[in-house]
Amino acid sequence: MCTVCGCGTSTIVEDPGAGHARAHIHDEHDHHHAHEDGIIDFSKGPAGVHVPGLSPERVISVERDILSKNDAFANANRARFEKDRILALNLVSSPGSGKTSLLVAAICALRDRWPIAVIEGDQQTSRDAERIRATGAPAIQINTGKGCHLDAHMVGHAAEHLGLAPGGLLFIENVGNLVCPAAFDLGEAHKVVVLSVTEGEDKPLKYPDMFAAADLMLLNKSDLLPHLDFDVGACIAAAARVNPRLEILLISARTGEGLPAFTAWIEARAAAMAMP
Amino acid sequence: MHEVSLLEGIIGLVEDERLKQDFARVSTIRLRLGRLGHAEPDALRFCFDAVARGTIAEGATLDIEMIAGEGWCTQCCRTMPLAELYGACPACGHAPLRITAGNDLRLAELEVA
Repeated sequence: MCTVCGCGTSTIVEDPGAGHARAHIHDEHDHHHAHEDGIIDFSKGPAGVHVPGLSPERVISVERDILSKNDAFANANRARFEKDRILALNLVSSPGSGKTSLLVAAICALRDRWPIAVIEGDQQTSRDAERIRATGAPAIQINTGKGCHLDAHMVGHAAEHLGLAPGGLLFIENVGNLVCPAAFDLGEAHKVVVLSVTEGEDKPLKYPDMFAAADLMLLNKSDLLPHLDFDVGACIAAAARVNPRLEILLISARTGEGLPAFTAWIEARAAAMAMP
Repeated sequence: MHEVSLLEGIIGLVEDERLKQDFARVSTIRLRLGRLGHAEPDALRFCFDAVARGTIAEGATLDIEMIAGEGWCTQCCRTMPLAELYGACPACGHAPLRITAGNDLRLAELEVA
């Protein structure tokens, strides 16, 4: 394809002798219409006719990743976070796993040492953002309406509104959904998947995309384990099968068990990010 | 239903193409989807007409080519068919295989006029 006018039909012949600005020649047309023998011929297309605004039927090879638009926004977000040395974490899970409770507990443990901001994603209501704001951290709520996930464009807008402090932490709490958010890069440094022990140990095998995309798994509600038949070993084995590099922490937002390990995991990465 | 978002992305790519190439109408949108990928072809077909209404893609046919899943088994040292993401090798049971095909999510071609 010609990268000057975007035409998809002409062959581009590189002219090694020419400078970069005029480095190719069109064999079928050029941009100033000084054609062979002084004739401008529009009948050379497959249909043999030219109608203004219409071009003959043809096949265009596109070959682009369907998520490329989202990925471009995600890369812009990531570049911005890196420039401002902000550690962005994307928390994903099914609804009700305890993401917001974990965030509230983590923010309370970290707020004296790091500037923290939160982007909350839900289909509707601003209940989660209100819970976060009660900790003193600024939060912005994105309501996705019928949408089942946050995308990088939404996060870019929210980050602008939040006015993030350089060298801080940004928590993005995704819409509760163990399927769709796996496909959409938001520009985060890490995805953190939360699984609660009331959900069943085989979830990593049933919803593998999310566990494969994550770098850390928090196995939440550990305080309920004495009351359940949940097999922690089987759950860890299932997660390791899908993602052998996945780090796993047993945690309880309610009792605080495992919370220091989680905040240490965050701070190690935030400190590495903050280094010049 | 992230298929709606994927379709909006696809139509955005078609709009990009229209800015680069001179066409007024799209008759076919050809996708290449891996069987191990993120998108469900039936769900894409189900919502395509609704998402395409009022866009350059309205009235177009959605043609979906499915690519079979394959993975490299480090025990058998060969490529094996893979029916599910992170599934085991059908010959020796080793898991997980490294996916070598079937993860596609691509807009391949457009038929335009």
